[in-house]
Amino acid sequence: MKPAPFELVRPASVAEAIAAVIPAGARILAGGQSLGPMLNLRVVQPRLLVQVNHLPELAASTETIEAITLGACVTHATIAAGRLPDFVGGLLANIAGGIAYQAVRNRGTIGGSLSHADPAADWVTVLTALGAQAVLQSAGGTRRVPVSDFIAGAFVTTLAPSEILTAVCIPRPPAKAGWGYVKACRKPGEFAHAMAAALLDGPRRRLVIGAIGGKPLLLTDAQAGMDGARAALAATPGLDKVASHMLLVVVHRALEQAAACRA
Amino acid sequence: MDGHGIGQPVPRVEDDRLMRGRGEFIADIRLAGMRDLAFVRSPLAHARIRAVRKPAGAEGGVFVAGDLAGVQPIVANSALPGFKTSVQPILAHDKVRYVGEPIAVCVADNRAAAEDLAAAVEVDFEELPPIVDMRAALTTPIRVHEHWPDNVFLETFVSIAAERLADPAPIVVRRRLRTARQCMSPMEGRGVVATWDRRMEQLLVYTSTQLPHIVRNGLAGCLGLDQARIRVVAPDVGGGFGYKGILLAEEVCAGYLARHLGHPVRWIEDRREQLVGNANCREHDYDVTVHAEADGTLIGIDAEAVVDAGAYSAYPFSACLEAAQVASILPGPYVMPAYRCRTFSAATNKPPILPYRGVARAGVCFALEVMLDAVARQGGLDPVEVRLRNLVPAEAMPFDNITGKHFDSGDYPACLRRAVAAIDVPAVRRRQVEATGVHRIGLGFSVFCEQAAHGTSVYAGWGIPMVPGFEQAVARMTPDGGLELRVGIQSHGQGLETTLAQVAHEILGVPLAAIRVVHGDTAMTPYSTGTWGSRCMVMAGGAVAAACTELAERIAAIGAHLLQAAVDQVQVGRGIVVGPHGEVPIADVARTWYLRPQDLPDGVAPGGLEVTAGYKPTRDSGTFSYAAHAVVVEVDTELGDVRILDYAICEDGGRLINPMIVDGQVVGGVAQGIGTALYEEMPYDAFGQPGAATLADYSLPGATEVPIVRIDHMETLSPLSFFGQKGIGEGGAIGPPAAIANAVNDALAPLGVELTELPITPRRILTALLARQS
Repeated sequence: MKPAPFELVRPASVAEAIAAVIPAGARILAGGQSLGPMLNLRVVQPRLLVQVNHLPELAASTETIEAITLGACVTHATIAAGRLPDFVGGLLANIAGGIAYQAVRNRGTIGGSLSHADPAADWVTVLTALGAQAVLQSAGGTRRVPVSDFIAGAFVTTLAPSEILTAVCIPRPPAKAGWGYVKACRKPGEFAHAMAAALLDGPRRRLVIGAIGGKPLLLTDAQAGMDGARAALAATPGLDKVASHMLLVVVHRALEQAAACRA
Repeated sequence: MDGHGIGQPVPRVEDDRLMRGRGEFIADIRLAGMRDLAFVRSPLAHARIRAVRKPAGAEGGVFVAGDLAGVQPIVANSALPGFKTSVQPILAHDKVRYVGEPIAVCVADNRAAAEDLAAAVEVDFEELPPIVDMRAALTTPIRVHEHWPDNVFLETFVSIAAERLADPAPIVVRRRLRTARQCMSPMEGRGVVATWDRRMEQLLVYTSTQLPHIVRNGLAGCLGLDQARIRVVAPDVGGGFGYKGILLAEEVCAGYLARHLGHPVRWIEDRREQLVGNANCREHDYDVTVHAEADGTLIGIDAEAVVDAGAYSAYPFSACLEAAQVASILPGPYVMPAYRCRTFSAATNKPPILPYRGVARAGVCFALEVMLDAVARQGGLDPVEVRLRNLVPAEAMPFDNITGKHFDSGDYPACLRRAVAAIDVPAVRRRQVEATGVHRIGLGFSVFCEQAAHGTSVYAGWGIPMVPGFEQAVARMTPDGGLELRVGIQSHGQGLETTLAQVAHEILGVPLAAIRVVHGDTAMTPYSTGTWGSRCMVMAGGAVAAACTELAERIAAIGAHLLQAAVDQVQVGRGIVVGPHGEVPIADVARTWYLRPQDLPDGVAPGGLEVTAGYKPTRDSGTFSYAAHAVVVEVDTELGDVRILDYAICEDGGRLINPMIVDGQVVGGVAQGIGTALYEEMPYDAFGQPGAATLADYSLPGATEVPIVRIDHMETLSPLSFFGQKGIGEGGAIGPPAAIANAVNDALAPLGVELTELPITPRRILTALLARQS
């Protein structure tokens, strides 16, 4: 389990990183918690790795009235430690603290997790539910894409070859909104078998069902309830009876949590 | 004594180096000029090899079967009638029989480069239909080994008073039960460093093994070398559990290459190799019918068991150890008048099955104990009462059971009662009645006995390549008064560097700090079959005691001279020789023998202060430790999660040499048993492809899944062993699958659901519940 040969560059800036990643066969390396094992298993064999998690521009975080923006290379551990801007109740810290193990959290990054687009990853579901935006930078400038559009499928994003994800911008949940997040996992560190996140603000509701083997399901407003979930899961291919059942259970529990708990 | 003898919870002396990270494991060994090996392994479960093409320009670094001149395949036969021989090639040439089977070995400056080379080797396969399921193996026309008439390594049949099973019985319960194929997962995988010692003209093989002497036997046979030309050293070994009780094709390759390439080579197994191709164990399928009276008294058991033995018979334990043992131990610790059992060791296109802690017993205990709960449910009986009614009573000990197992001593019913008493059963039952919603409570028990240190007659009966005889130990004083103990077993986590020293200390009283246990090296230790079958404390402990007893006589002779007393007037112990008018330290005796021989009397015995002694228990049918496990679980009936709320064990290991180490053995075993019960499974698809290649896919219990285990000890001495000790190394892993399955079934009984397949995953629980609802 050793990687195939590759080159490694450590650019001095985001601009340099963007330039380096353009050629075919190049991949961005952040915390390496998913890419590392994939390299070792030779599932991926990039010619060039462009390391980015040392760049201070990607570790910055800012807060405004409307939103919190976290640099793509902020680690889960940093978020979990509660030293960054967060929402009421330490919403982001709680999510980050439930990701994998401490060793993974120490190196794994929010941007890396999102870019890897594992269907069972916490941020993929949670950031979709929170209506976050992915901030994508290329030589031509910056664009913002809702996370629900950024994630295109299992391990697939809409990131262009000339772009890198530099930050995620998470809008502040409305003052009276309720929040629920439940994942079915037997032990810490295990990938979830089912997950659901709910953000409820009166009639404005967002319900996300994750770990379904592909892009998470986003249900909004009137659809964001048990009936909507049932209909959406029935229309989702590849889910057997047990999987659908587990997903509906976590949806139910996330909705209950959101009804009882302010975001 | 001074608190360091037997029965004392002495801190483990090896922990000083191990806990500080100062141990030396196989991957810590660095030799000048050493190069790394990587294996080309079969991506297919069953295929003919048409051709293997080495990468152009790199042919010298790639070795296929034809390059290993004179190397013999691995053959591990049993003498049991009807056993069929498998020939396991060191590198596959005509055919591959499982995913992960080695086809070629690549040598390079480092592992990454060796893997690059391995990736460039091309193999032309002609795919053959694989045999993946052990039941299908019994009926398919496809053959794992072409020249066999079927796919059965061995069929066994036991029938005792079986005519009674034809009579109608008040309670008849029949179930199909299944245990998963698991992967033993010691923290350290396997590994080999091999080098040719030119001065000694000897192949030196460092390998992460439990059985250095047996590996030497096997290597000598495969490599065609005299045994004196091979030295096998096991350095610090990071866990074995049976996974390292085997001769490896990789060891043979490394040995051959080290001898012929002129430089040391090493192979360090990675986790993918361990999971995909190497570490398989435990896959059983049972069809069991239990006949009982209305009060739960057992009439008999009628069973058929199949064990998926994989593609080859592993050396030295063979492909039949598991299934043949199923037939002899299925009756468990219970009395019954009738018994019939047929077993099959099925050959399939999967890696060879290997012995894993609690060989056959974890599956057998699961099958039998789940059946007893089913009997209790069908008869409206209390599961504890059913067990108490059938356990061998204390007054019947020693007891020869229906299959001829000789239970040496114990009080099985008392053990169960103590485990039950450790759980507040009425409180649990109250909570159970109240919890009628999503979360259900269940209580489960299991009882088993564990044959350990069984010896010559038992293994000669199986006729496998390895039969233990007398276990030997060397005890020798050093000139400074220290004591060296040399033993052929290997300590890989059991704390034998401590417990064997405690045994010597008990007899001679030499300070623990002055005792060194030397093990894991064929050049430095007497021959031994090694560490397996919970045998070390009985066998090596007995051998050390025997050697120290004889050494004490030699010490007494010299000590008597120094004390100017007659030999029969002196006693050796507590580190001194005591005579009628004074005493002399044993260290002075040693100093006199080695450094001041001029002070020795004429006619002193020339053997000096070095003794090799052999030991066997008074009969070799084994010690039987036993235990009762009691567990309370909570089942989330919506998500299928099982949470262990309480775990209590009552255990009888006879005289405990070091109770702290025993507790550690029990807790470690329970962790593995929880894995068997709830988490561990290597799934195979219809093509024989293993479904887990990393520990993200193969689920092991971690710290958060293992509860605090409460352990109560009974201490019924074995009449067979030196101090009355019994082997207890495996029991911790035997009881949990049965107890946990029973607890889950107890929780789900009101919902009309019973699980009989391991591991009990959320998916299995939900599948059963959803099927019941629809």
